[in-house]
Amino acid sequence: MAVVIYLYAPLITLMAFSFNDSRRNIVWRGFTLDWYKVAFEDTDLIAAFGNSLTIAAVSTVVSVMLGALTAILLWRFRFPLKPALEGALGLPIVVPEICMGVAMLVFFTQVMPWPTDLIWPLNLGAIIISHISFSFSFVAIVIRGRLASFNRELEEAAKDLGAGEWRIFWDVLVPHMRPGLLAGALLAFTLSLDDFVITFFTSGPDTTTFPVKVYSMVRFSVTPEVNAASTILIVLTVALTALALRLQGTDVARIEAGDGV
Amino acid sequence: MDESWKRARAVFATLAGPPVVWLFAFFLIPLAIIWAYSFGENQSLTHIAINGTLSNYIHAIKPLYLGIIFKSFWFAALTTALCLVVGFPVAIAITFASEKTKIWLLLLIMLPFWTNLLIRTYALMAVLRTEGYINYSLAFLWNGLGHLAALTGHPMAAFQPLELLHNNFAVVFGLVYVQLPFMVLPLYAALDRLDRSLLEASLDLGAGHMTTFTRIVVPLATPGIVSGVLVTLIPSIGAYLTPDLLGGPSSQMIANVIERQFKTANDWPFGAALSFLLMYMTFLAIAVQAVVARGRRARQA
Repeated sequence: MAVVIYLYAPLITLMAFSFNDSRRNIVWRGFTLDWYKVAFEDTDLIAAFGNSLTIAAVSTVVSVMLGALTAILLWRFRFPLKPALEGALGLPIVVPEICMGVAMLVFFTQVMPWPTDLIWPLNLGAIIISHISFSFSFVAIVIRGRLASFNRELEEAAKDLGAGEWRIFWDVLVPHMRPGLLAGALLAFTLSLDDFVITFFTSGPDTTTFPVKVYSMVRFSVTPEVNAASTILIVLTVALTALALRLQGTDVARIEAGDGV
Repeated sequence: MDESWKRARAVFATLAGPPVVWLFAFFLIPLAIIWAYSFGENQSLTHIAINGTLSNYIHAIKPLYLGIIFKSFWFAALTTALCLVVGFPVAIAITFASEKTKIWLLLLIMLPFWTNLLIRTYALMAVLRTEGYINYSLAFLWNGLGHLAALTGHPMAAFQPLELLHNNFAVVFGLVYVQLPFMVLPLYAALDRLDRSLLEASLDLGAGHMTTFTRIVVPLATPGIVSGVLVTLIPSIGAYLTPDLLGGPSSQMIANVIERQFKTANDWPFGAALSFLLMYMTFLAIAVQAVVARGRRARQA
């Protein structure tokens, strides 16, 4: 399993050296938590981290709503231009990130300039909108996969018993979709937290996210502070993933592997 | 299953409205603007006139830029080939593992894919740097050999660290590192569906392992191979971060050129033209895959 070593050795050394008592990243000089202290005292880094979590949270909520609507629409209805809509929804998944990044840059400078002096978190609007645009198609695919297993007779039974559209949606369809909604939310959250390229083109000096901040740190100086910050994010991601997996068995893994790309 | 939209217009409108509006306003329109810009030229610092000129595209196929496009494609193809060679045995190993181990192995492959791309790239920088772990280990071995050589009276030259970072090697190494899970998962999905009795039949009938692999496993796994190639190739062609951080001056890929046009060179129309060339390449790759898939289905029918 040399491949597992290839995949993990760089990440594990990165994490190990965040505890190293030396500015240089190469020789082990003893255990320390100083770099975590430095990272936690770096207000820019903490602010960027807060921005990232806020963006991810808002974009997840909106993406799941839009994704669920899209999934139900495509699953339930037959309508003219349906293949065209399906194709258009596939675009955000296949369009190279850099193209979408520059498109968003132009859009938010020329067409809809986003005011830069808004109070937090409204100043993150441009980034949040871009993140929703690339996330919700992924969410729609995941939820649509789940809807495929829905038994239409349940809906008819509810209708026969006098439930209206809204009651059916809320009491029959949503409970069935729940694993899909969760998997979609997890995917949207990870996509948003992970995104660098598109954010790089839509963020301003006051609206850096964690990846953008780490990028500038990596470009200018490499200190174990970056290792410490990265370790926190890795642990957070792994914990989140483990939680999601525990919540619903290995369904998430299967859905993400099969339809996520 | 399929209900006509006319039967419940209000519900249809409620469902369709928000996603369609969002898709148009915040995705299709921005792309359309870039497309329009690719036929424009800079009039002043802030004004771009869209006059239907093709000069940006003509500029883009000059040898310098054509070379970069070609190189992006070459790096991506090399990455895909390496991922396939490395990923196939991994996918086979996962397929034949016991049910319990299988879940753990899949999780092991997917975990890095959930880790931030930037962090993974940074981790590689630490490994490949001149004073990184690989060179450190090599220096240690070299010095050990040096001591031995000195004892026998043949002193060796001092250790010269290998230049592993900021070159084309580092870019391909990094792309393979980042893309490998994308290749392994579709391969595994295809191999897992494979009927094991076919392998046994082939081996029983006297075919060797190699013949069984090339004539039974590979043809049956072709859909997985094709989708694995696609999901590895497309992000690799447009990769920005990997060549930016791991590459040197000569390993810039098309995405880096596009970024420069928009952020520093301020030649938006040219950047827009390059973006759309990259998009067309992507669509071409998808179309080829669709044709291959259709051909297969036709042959099976």
